[in-house]
Amino acid sequence: MVHTWSSLISTLFLLLLCITGLPLIFHHEIDELLGYDPKPEVVQPGAVKRSIDEIARTALANDPGRVLQYILWDKDEPNNIIAFTNNKVDGDPDAATLRAYDAHTAKPLGSVGGGPMLIFLKLHVDMFAGQPGKLFLGAMGFLFLVAIISGVVLYWPFTRRLSFGTLRDKSRRIAWFDWHNLLGAVTIAWALVVGATGVINTLAEVMLSQWKANELTDMVKPYAGKPPPVHLASLDKTLENARKTAPDMTVSFVAFPGTPFTSSHHFAVFMRGDTPLTSRLLKPVLLDGETGEVSDARDLPIYLKALLVSQPLHFGDYGGMPLKIIWALLDVMTIVVIGSGLYLWVVKRRKHRSHAIVVQPSLQPSR
Amino acid sequence: MTDTRKLRSSGNWRTVYGGPLLIGVLSTAGLLSALLYEGLGRYFSWLALGAPIVLTAWFYARRRRA
Repeated sequence: MVHTWSSLISTLFLLLLCITGLPLIFHHEIDELLGYDPKPEVVQPGAVKRSIDEIARTALANDPGRVLQYILWDKDEPNNIIAFTNNKVDGDPDAATLRAYDAHTAKPLGSVGGGPMLIFLKLHVDMFAGQPGKLFLGAMGFLFLVAIISGVVLYWPFTRRLSFGTLRDKSRRIAWFDWHNLLGAVTIAWALVVGATGVINTLAEVMLSQWKANELTDMVKPYAGKPPPVHLASLDKTLENARKTAPDMTVSFVAFPGTPFTSSHHFAVFMRGDTPLTSRLLKPVLLDGETGEVSDARDLPIYLKALLVSQPLHFGDYGGMPLKIIWALLDVMTIVVIGSGLYLWVVKRRKHRSHAIVVQPSLQPSR
Repeated sequence: MTDTRKLRSSGNWRTVYGGPLLIGVLSTAGLLSALLYEGLGRYFSWLALGAPIVLTAWFYARRRRA
């Protein structure tokens, strides 16, 4: 009962998630192919990196009337600097424009993201329904976890008399029943991890506002009541100060004062390590927006660390192309599990109904 | 084919959950290894997470021959 209903309610949405998730595994490669992932120019001998202040000015000149929200350093392409502009610092994320700039020439290289992969991403993340859509998909993901666990319990009575991996072709129903059991059984751990980390990701905004309300508020207490900065400090100076605070780390991105990732008074420079794990564990350094001096630097709370570590485990982007291909194949196997489950339910229901029709007349005389 | 296998399977927890459990532990190790160890961890993750796929293909091939 639990298995049937948790699966049935979530089936359509899980199919949507699995199908839109499939191309998203390769979004980097597809974006590159379609020209939504601009590459920096070949570095000329003797070329010196431009200042970040110059790149920021170029970015603002390129999108007049807009403000900078974030500047991000591409992890795989260190010469790609990506600037986020929006109509206001806390503007709608969907209204943000992402453009890449060459670290050595400050030349605009083109816009980042967009195109068909953005549509798949929106369908996958919130079905174009914003935060409610995201939380709804999170609930569907939770039902997916319930379905998997109840499936493990049901596995016993249904396969007790069969050896592992039995595939019979007696009838179409039995064949799909065996495939449902086999594919479901071998993908359990992967599906649980991808499902659970997906659910965690739907709570990103909730966790971020929790952090802002608690840890961040505490970190910026001395600034309470002060007006937001009028003249922003030099970015290069700010970044230098941040690097001094965390000398063994690299800058991942800088959030401008007033954006969702920081306070209204501070730049937040998010530093990262360089192993697959530590490159996800960001550490924010808060710097005064007007002077660029360090105000505070604290590790993120455990729930945000959990969120950051859960992301690669959901995306499958941390083990090279072979891992992405494996991720895709496991996703296809999950689609077959969900599809065959739906088929088995339909067949069973049809059988019950036809059974009821046959039985009913014979019952009537006795009434 | 099915009938002989039915007889062979006695239905204790090891024959039912043993295979899936082993694959589950292997997959989990693969999921973590690439995250925790560069290089070797990555190669191990390909083998460990590829196992469910290879095993499925093997069961399918065996069914065809029988």
